[in-house]
Amino acid sequence: MKKAELQQEAASIRRSLFDQGYLDEQFEELEGLRDDSNPNFEEEIVNLFYNDSARMINNLERALPMQFDKLDDYMHQFKGSCSGIGAKRVKLECSRFHECCAARDAEGCIRTFQQVKHEYTTLKRQLQTYFQVAKQADA
Amino acid sequence: MVCEMENDYTEDMDIEILHSMWPEDIGTDVGKKFNIEKPGKDQDMLEEIIMMESTIVDFKRLMELTNYTDKGSSQLSHLMKHLEYKQANALQLLREELDNLSKQRHEVELRKLQILEELRFEEETYGDKRPVSILDEIYDLWQDVPRRKKCDVVVQNKRIEIDAEYDTSVHWKQKALDLEKMLEASVQREQILAEKLQESIKNLEKQSLPVEELSQILKRADNFLHFVLQNAPVVIGHQDKELRYRFIYNHFPSLHEEDIIGKTDVEIFTGSGVKESQDFKREVLEKGLPAKREITFETELFGSKTFLIYVEPVFSKTGETLGINYMGMDVTDQVRKRERMMKIREEIAVQKAKETELNKTIHITEETMRAKQMLATMSHEIRSPLSGVVSMADILSRTKLDREQKQLLDVMLSSGDLVLQLINDILDLSKVESGVMKLEATKFRPREVVKHVLQTAAASLQKTLTLEGHVADDVPTEVIGDVLRIRQILTNLVSNGTKFTHEGKVGINLYVVPEPSFAKAEVSLQKTSADQSSISGNGVEEKKYVSISQNSCNQNQALSDEGRSPVKSECLMNGGTEEQPQSTETTVWIRCDVYDTGIGIPEKAVPTLFKRYMQVSADHARKYGGTGLGLAICKQLVELMGGRLTVTSKEQCGSTFTFILPYKVSTICDHSDEPSDTEDDDDDASDGTAEGFFQFQPPSLGSPLSSHGSSWAQKLLPQEIGCATSRKFNRFSENSNSISSNNVKSKEITSDEVASSITDGPDLSESACSSSHSPEIQNENVDRRNKSRNGSADSSYHRELDQDRTAIATMSREQAHQSQERAEITSQCVTSRSTSEVAKPDLKPKILLVEDNKVNVMVTQSMMKQLGHSIDVVNNGVEAVCAVQRQSYDIILMDVCMPVMNGLQATRLIRSFEETGNWDAAREAGIELNLPASSCLSATKSNHIPIIAMTANALSESAEECYANGMDSFVSKPVTFQKLKDCLEQYLR
Repeated sequence: MKKAELQQEAASIRRSLFDQGYLDEQFEELEGLRDDSNPNFEEEIVNLFYNDSARMINNLERALPMQFDKLDDYMHQFKGSCSGIGAKRVKLECSRFHECCAARDAEGCIRTFQQVKHEYTTLKRQLQTYFQVAKQADA
Repeated sequence: MVCEMENDYTEDMDIEILHSMWPEDIGTDVGKKFNIEKPGKDQDMLEEIIMMESTIVDFKRLMELTNYTDKGSSQLSHLMKHLEYKQANALQLLREELDNLSKQRHEVELRKLQILEELRFEEETYGDKRPVSILDEIYDLWQDVPRRKKCDVVVQNKRIEIDAEYDTSVHWKQKALDLEKMLEASVQREQILAEKLQESIKNLEKQSLPVEELSQILKRADNFLHFVLQNAPVVIGHQDKELRYRFIYNHFPSLHEEDIIGKTDVEIFTGSGVKESQDFKREVLEKGLPAKREITFETELFGSKTFLIYVEPVFSKTGETLGINYMGMDVTDQVRKRERMMKIREEIAVQKAKETELNKTIHITEETMRAKQMLATMSHEIRSPLSGVVSMADILSRTKLDREQKQLLDVMLSSGDLVLQLINDILDLSKVESGVMKLEATKFRPREVVKHVLQTAAASLQKTLTLEGHVADDVPTEVIGDVLRIRQILTNLVSNGTKFTHEGKVGINLYVVPEPSFAKAEVSLQKTSADQSSISGNGVEEKKYVSISQNSCNQNQALSDEGRSPVKSECLMNGGTEEQPQSTETTVWIRCDVYDTGIGIPEKAVPTLFKRYMQVSADHARKYGGTGLGLAICKQLVELMGGRLTVTSKEQCGSTFTFILPYKVSTICDHSDEPSDTEDDDDDASDGTAEGFFQFQPPSLGSPLSSHGSSWAQKLLPQEIGCATSRKFNRFSENSNSISSNNVKSKEITSDEVASSITDGPDLSESACSSSHSPEIQNENVDRRNKSRNGSADSSYHRELDQDRTAIATMSREQAHQSQERAEITSQCVTSRSTSEVAKPDLKPKILLVEDNKVNVMVTQSMMKQLGHSIDVVNNGVEAVCAVQRQSYDIILMDVCMPVMNGLQATRLIRSFEETGNWDAAREAGIELNLPASSCLSATKSNHIPIIAMTANALSESAEECYANGMDSFVSKPVTFQKLKDCLEQYLR
């Protein structure tokens, strides 16, 4: 009974993540990769994404005194990671950052970078909740 | 004498009475030069003193003394002076008395004259009224008479003026009569006074006898002296120059006069201290200088007493020594008190010292306790998460993993286990100290241990060092001992070596030595601390060993020699825990040298080297870090196992740490058991027990892959050039591939062995030698390519390839199997997996993923896994080029945006190779190539490898760019399962 509720809750969180545009179909792709040997595949990969992102954001922050080329490179990598897990909204902000970078718009870079971070932390929080609930539901 | 004195006193008293008769003021006028108090007052007291007479005086001697000695004469002269003064005083008194008398007479005469005048006045009736003036004139003679005296006269006059009717004849007659009477009385008194005067003079004459006076004074002085001394614990004496007593004063006499006078100390007393005092007195006598000394007497007479003795010499006027004055004071109580005080003070000091010591000890104990507690806590703190890591890794190793991951996990597990064990060992160190440490006796293979230790060291090596290990042939395959401890020691020593070595090598030598001298000595002593003798002893043993190892056919005999006396040392090794019957076991002593070419140890640091927390210098500690615990632990462990750890070192050249340990060898599994040997050969070869030589090159000297390899692969690429010696008979066998690929790094030994293996060539089935891993693969690939090119006309490349592989697999299954096993152990590079799969008939396409983003790597890998493929992963273009150099792939998935070298450039280089058959373009691009010299490879033109771009820039121009650079297709990111599947289906057919 309870398990069913939890499952329901997990499903609704997941749904809302998609509805609000945090995630896209790539995430479903990851879910599809789940198998018996990797029952928590998407969580594992999302954890990897967290680690990777932390490093990237760190890199970006260090390059923020407007080394546009570097910023562009790092953001490209970050964007790659985002698209890898289907973090749609973060990816969108990354693209905006790219544009600012291309336009050599320092202010825009900083602004969009803040946006990127904001989207990233929001996503992380939501995903953590989701996985927690999902795990409980599975247990 | 006493009677005399009494008389004197009475006389004195008479005088005194006289004095009192005199007017007071006259008496006060007399100069008081006497310091002795009036005798009358003291009379009673003095009498008492006299009663207490205890002085024994030799008066004759005293007289002599007063006559001859300075002191005596001065005393005498003083007495004389005193006497003279006294006489003068008496004279003055008399004179005064005389004056007085004459004054009185004068007065009387004056009175008479007055009376006469009055009478005349009566007759002439009041004539002149100033008779005084006349009288004055008359009495000018008496001017020196003090005026005050008149008072007396007046008083007398008043007394005279009496009753009777004035101015009658009767009156005058009566007056005249009275006056007459008075005159008579006066004359009478005058007479008496004169008599008295005479008497006084007589008395004076009597008194003026000097001896009497002197003796009287002396008597008094003596009395005072007695009075002062009556209770003093002093003995005063005089001894002549023969040290015979002439005078002694002792308040508590225990001997009679006749017992003392005329005798010496020695004649009087016996006992300790007597002689000393006598000698002391003699010394003073001879030196002529006064001295003080404290002497403790222990005599029958008065028991144990300490006297402070003052002795002064007495000289005659001519300067001769006459004797000594001696004064002793009983200070027994003081001495006792003093001694007690000293003792107490001493005790206090001791107490204080103890207290500080105790405090120190307490402090140290507390410190130790705290340190131990911290150690325990720390170890526990480390152990808990670490065991988490290890157990998780263990669980992980049971899941479905590819070979490469399994290898990584194996290393991870073994390292983790080792760390856990080390932590336990550190905790054990305290057990060793308290003697509760137990050694375990487990079977283990020394070669394996050496290899693992080196391998682990190589894995964490951060510098370009060669790690090598050499295990002599005579070292048994399996021995019994505490493998954990031995591993700990080896690991410690090797890591020490690598820490202090910047270039060159660090290595382990293992060989059998005869039972060392210290072990024999220990049979009776069980445990002695290591000393220099063991070092010198080692040298000898080493020589012995050389001779043994040179003729290896003797080794069995040598071994059995070793085995002769093991029974004694067994107990040392196992602490009696082993319960196996001794008949099946022998003990072998194995010497292990861990050498390095590092900075060495200065000679002065050697003695403290094995002490805890000791490092060569503070500089080293800063530079190299470390706790300084390692060697202490090693030494303790070695000694616990009944061995010896020593060191020889030369600064700047390197150090060699040597430990010799006894191991039990079970005869059942002893290597001398030949028949089973050949059967086991295969297994032995695979688990490395037969190998005698290991070498681990630094990663940067290895393949180009590793130089740019992904972080986790980089550290795990020891190039093994192991050449297994088939244990007993030196049978070597190799196939042609491994010979050709034996690269430059192979050591002399290897080449020797290779040479010998060529002669033993036919023995292929027993091949126990593997070449460096990657070249082998490469050669294999070359073979395969050659075959595919020559054999079939490119109908179906992959199928052909598979067949070829199968053929190769069947041909050299043995070899492949071995190399596979080896790969597992040594955790070879990522490509090793494919080699092992050669043996399997159902081969999968070889796929290379070039991607720098971890997330995407993982995603793609998982997808590939679901599609039933496993892939090789590299992280940038350069690595991709290197990977393609090493082996051919059926498809390459290439990210475009990558660090170091992007996908487009890498693709161009690969295409260039495919066209020209050489890697010149890559070289130009600055990629280091590590190709075997075999020319056949470079001459070969490869087939076109499909390269699929993976790009996030899904724009048309980007796609065009991809095609322009020689890519076959592209997949836009994010990669989906379907896209990947389609792509693979398209290109892997």
